[in-house]
Amino acid sequence: MYDFSAVYIPESLEQALRMKHDHPQARILAGGSDILIQVREGRLAGIEVISIQALDELRGVTLEDDGTVLIRPLTSFSHVSSDPVIRRCVPVLGEAVDQVGGPQIRNIGTIGGNICNGVTSADSAATLKALDAELEISSVGGTRRLPYAEFNLGAGKVDLKADEILTGIRIPRDSWENTFGHYIKYSQRRAMDIATLGCSANVRLSKNKRKIERFRLAFGVAAPVPIRAFSAEAVANGSLISSELIENIAQAALKDVNPRSSWRASKEFRQHLIAELTRRATRAAIEKAGGTL
Amino acid sequence: MNVGKPVQRVDAFDKATGRAQYTADLCPPDALVAKILHSTIANGKVTGFELEAALAVPGVVKILTCFDVPDRQFPTAGHPWSTDKKHQDIADRKLLNTRVRFYGDDIAAVIAVDELSADRALRLIKVTYDEQKPVFTPQDAMQPGATVLHPEKPDNVIVRSSYEIGNFDEAIRESGLIKVSGDYHTGQVQHCHIENALSYACIRDRKIVVVSSTQIPHIVRRVCTQALGCSFADIRIIKPYIGGGFGNKQDALTEPLNAWLTTQVGGRCVRLFYTREETFVCTRTRHAMDFHIESYLRPDGTLIARSVRAWSNQGAYASHAHALVANAINAFRMMYPVGAIKGEAYTVYTNLPTAGAMRAYGIPQIGFALESHMDDIAAQTGLDRIKLRKQNMMRLGYVDPVTTITCHSTGLEECIDKGRAFIGWDDKRNLYASQTGPVRRGLGMAIFCYKTGVYPISLETSACRMVLNQDGTIQLQMGATEIGQGADTVFSQMCADAVGVPFDSVRATSTQDTDITPYDTGAYASRQSYVSGMAVRKTGLALKAKILEYAAGMLDLPPDSLNLVDGWIVSSSGESLIALREVAMGACYSLKNSVHISAEETHHCTDNTYSFGVCFAEIEVDIPLCQIRVLNIVNVHDSGKIINPVTAEGQVHGGMSMGLGYGLLERLVFDPVTGRTLNNNLLDYKLMTAMDTPDLNALFVETDDPTGPFGNKALGEPPVIPVAPAIRNAMLDATGVAVDSIPLNPEHLFTEFRRAGLIAGGEN
Repeated sequence: MYDFSAVYIPESLEQALRMKHDHPQARILAGGSDILIQVREGRLAGIEVISIQALDELRGVTLEDDGTVLIRPLTSFSHVSSDPVIRRCVPVLGEAVDQVGGPQIRNIGTIGGNICNGVTSADSAATLKALDAELEISSVGGTRRLPYAEFNLGAGKVDLKADEILTGIRIPRDSWENTFGHYIKYSQRRAMDIATLGCSANVRLSKNKRKIERFRLAFGVAAPVPIRAFSAEAVANGSLISSELIENIAQAALKDVNPRSSWRASKEFRQHLIAELTRRATRAAIEKAGGTL
Repeated sequence: MNVGKPVQRVDAFDKATGRAQYTADLCPPDALVAKILHSTIANGKVTGFELEAALAVPGVVKILTCFDVPDRQFPTAGHPWSTDKKHQDIADRKLLNTRVRFYGDDIAAVIAVDELSADRALRLIKVTYDEQKPVFTPQDAMQPGATVLHPEKPDNVIVRSSYEIGNFDEAIRESGLIKVSGDYHTGQVQHCHIENALSYACIRDRKIVVVSSTQIPHIVRRVCTQALGCSFADIRIIKPYIGGGFGNKQDALTEPLNAWLTTQVGGRCVRLFYTREETFVCTRTRHAMDFHIESYLRPDGTLIARSVRAWSNQGAYASHAHALVANAINAFRMMYPVGAIKGEAYTVYTNLPTAGAMRAYGIPQIGFALESHMDDIAAQTGLDRIKLRKQNMMRLGYVDPVTTITCHSTGLEECIDKGRAFIGWDDKRNLYASQTGPVRRGLGMAIFCYKTGVYPISLETSACRMVLNQDGTIQLQMGATEIGQGADTVFSQMCADAVGVPFDSVRATSTQDTDITPYDTGAYASRQSYVSGMAVRKTGLALKAKILEYAAGMLDLPPDSLNLVDGWIVSSSGESLIALREVAMGACYSLKNSVHISAEETHHCTDNTYSFGVCFAEIEVDIPLCQIRVLNIVNVHDSGKIINPVTAEGQVHGGMSMGLGYGLLERLVFDPVTGRTLNNNLLDYKLMTAMDTPDLNALFVETDDPTGPFGNKALGEPPVIPVAPAIRNAMLDATGVAVDSIPLNPEHLFTEFRRAGLIAGGEN
C-alpha cells in the first residue's frame, strides 16, 4: 500500500499535459522505481501522482531523418540497452544503462525518470552529458528544447516547470557519428548498486588514428550534479595519442570536478577514482575507435 | 541406510512452488497493524509525547507509550533458562523504554486498522527528550564519567572475564623467543535473513497465541511469560516455516511486545511486522570486537606463550551479552593449545544497536584476529604459514582445561592438505612470488575449530515424539526447528534409520507449536543434528522396541529375536516375517489388543565435540581501483559423518557467501554524532550479490565422531568462520599490506594502499 492522496491516469500525452497543468503539485510517475521508494519512506507520503506509465507514445527509440537518435523518456533501461538504434549508433549509452540496479529495475526504470530525478549518480546521466544530448520538454503551451548541459540546476533539482513533462531525449548525429565511447560505473558491488563514481568518455580520432580530433568526458558523483569535464577535453582535443596525454587528461579532469566527502566515500577517494577512471575510460574509448597506446 | 545419502529436501516442493506458508501468509487479513515509534536520539530519556494529532488520524485504534507498559524488565537472549541466579540472562529492557539507549529504541506503538493509518500517525507524534551525550565504543563507555546506560552496571561493563593456562610471565622469560603482537578489529554486521522479524498475536482459548518467525519457540514462550508476568499456560507460540534467522531470531524480538499489544485491544489480532530498515537497527547485529594479541615463539615456530585481550561492543541491551566474546577467547586457546595462554575479555554497553547471536557466535571475530595474526607471525619471521599452523594446532584427544570439551575426532590435517591441493597452493605460490604491477594475485588460508552445541556452558536438552500411523508410516514431531538449514530433512533421515523404515515413510511436522510440540531449545549453536539428533535416535529406538514388542505378540515370538528393517519385521537370520504396515494396522484396529504406538524421549546431552575446517582463497587485487576479486575459493570441513551431502554443501555455500561479505563489503555505518544508522537498507548495506560471488567450492573430510548420534558434528555455522581471514591473508600475500580490520572494502583499501605507498598520497 502506498500513501497517495490522488492518482491521475491520463490516456494520452495531451491529457497528461492538461493534468499536469491542472495539478502542478502532482508528481509524474513513470517506472516508479525512485518515487515509490520515497513514498514508502515517508518523504513523499501523501503526494498526488500522474501515472504516465501506459502512454506508449512516450516510449521507444527512433532514428530521425537528420540522424538524431530520439529516445522517448518512458523507454525502460532494458529497452534502451537492447534497442537496435542504440546498439548501432550509441552503444555506450546501452552499456551505461545496463549497469543500473538489477534486471527487474532495468525493466521498470525509465531513462527519462533517471534524468528528471536530477541525482548525480544516475547511470544514464554522465553518458548523455558526454553525448551533448538535447531535451524536449512539453506543456499545454507547447514544446521547448534545452541542452541537457543546462538541465541540472542543483542536487535533485532540474529545469522542469510545474506544468512541464520531459517528452524526448535527442542525441544529434554529430555526437555519435565516427565516435566511440566507454562508460565505467565504479561501485562496491557488480550489481544492485549505486555509483561511487561514473565516468563516460567518447572520442573521434583522426583518419590515421593517431590524433584525437574530439574528446568528451563527463562524470556522475564528481560534483553535486552530473558534469562535463571541459578542461580535460581541451587538453585532449587535437592532441597526439600518448601515455603522457592520458595522464595529462586525468590530471586536467581533477580541475573540472568538485566531489564531496560523505559516509559513502571520501573526497580524496573520489578524486583518486576520477583520475584513474579517466585514464581507463579514455584508453578504452581510444581502443574502441581503433587507436593504439 | 538413509543417513549419508543425498535425499531431496522434504520441504523442497512446497518451498519451490510457494505452497509453504510463512508467518505473513498465515496472518488474518483483518488483523490490526502495530507500528513502533523509534527514538531519534541515542541516549537520554523520553519526557513526554504529543499524541493528539496522531490519535485523530482515521483508522488509529490506540497508541501506547513507554509510560503505559508494565514496570517489568525482562531478558531476551535465546539461552536455556538457568535455574542458577548468577547465570541467568540479564533483564535490562521493558516492552517500551522511557530510558532511551540507542537511536531507534522502541518508545511507543501505534495500533491502527491498516499500515497507512499507522504510518501517518507515527509521523504526527511529537516526542520531547532529556538528551545526554552518547558513547559508541567500549573504550569511551569505560571512561570514568561516561554516561551510564543501565544503573545495574555503573561502569557500563556487563562482564569482565579472564583465564590463564600455565604461567604466562614465566614462559616469556625463555631466551631467544620472538615476540609478535597485533591489534585487530571486526565491524558490526547484520544477518540479513530474507524474511524480516515479524509476528502476529491474538487471544484465543484463554491464551495469548503468538505466531512468529523464530528459531526458538519454547524460549520465546518463556521470555513472554517474563515480560508479561503471566503463566506458561497463558502463552502459546507457533512457529511456521521461516525465511532464515542466522541467530537473529535466537532472541525474543517482536514477540513480547506483540503479545502485550493484543491484551490492550481486547485480544484482537495484532500484527507487528518489522520493515527491513527496522530489522537492521532494532533487532540484533553481530558484535564488533577489538583484539590485542601477543605471541611469543621459538625460531622453529613453536608457540611458547600467547595472550589475547578483547573488547566486545554490546550496544544498548544485553541480549546474549558476554557469551560471545567469552566464546571467542576460548577458541583462541583451543585452536592452538600449546604453551602458556591467557585471555581477558570485556563486554561493554554502548549507545549503538544491540548485538546478539549471529552465525558462529563470536568465532568469526576471533577467527579473523587469530588467523590474521598467524599470517603476521609468518610474514615477520619467514616461517611457512601452513607449517606454523600444523605445528601448533589442536590434536586428537585434546581436553580443554577450562571447559573440558574433548577432541573426540579430527580431520583438520587432512582438510588442510585437501584444500592446499585443490587451490594449487605450491605451484601458484611460486608463480606469485615477485609481482610488481598494479594488478597482483595472492593466496591465503585460515583454519578454525568449533564446538558442537553449548554443553557444558549451558543446558543441552531435546525431546522428540514419534507416532506410528495405521499403515506403518511415522509422524515425526520435534521441538527442534527447521529454519531453512534442512533440519526436517536430516531428522527424517535419522528417524528412518533409527526406526528401520523407508525414508518416505517419515513425515516431519515442520511447524512447532509450544502447546503440542515436544520441548527443544531450538536452532542455534550448530547443535540440532548433534543434540536433537540424539533425541531422534533415542526415540526411534524406543518406537522400534514398542513395534517389535507388538509384532512379537502377533507372531508369538520373543521380541529380542526380531528386528525392523526397511519397513519389515525380520527374524534374527534376516528373514522377512511380516510387513510393518500389517503390524501397525493390527495394533490400531485390533479387537483384542488395540495399542496406539508412539514414543517420546528426552535426551539430556552431556557431551560436546569439535568440528574443524579450512578456507583457501586465491584473489586478484587491482591496486589503483582498490578492488579485490576472488578467483578461486574452497572450504574443506571435518563435520564428522555427513548426514546429507547435498544439504551440507548448501550450508557451506551459504556460510562462505556470508564470510565473503563479512571480509569484503559488509558493515553497519553510524552517524558519528547522533549514532543514527546510516545504511539500514539493502542498497547501502553491501550484501554480496550473485554477480559478486565466485564459484563456491565445498569439500569434506569425513571422520566418524564417537559422540555424535550418527558420527556427525557441527556444520551449520562453521563455514562462515575462515573466509574473511583467508581473503585478508591472500591480500597480504598479494600486496605485502597487512590489513587489521574488515571489511576490505574499496575505501578501506584506498587508505591502506596510500599508507603503504602503493597509491600516491593526495592528488593535486
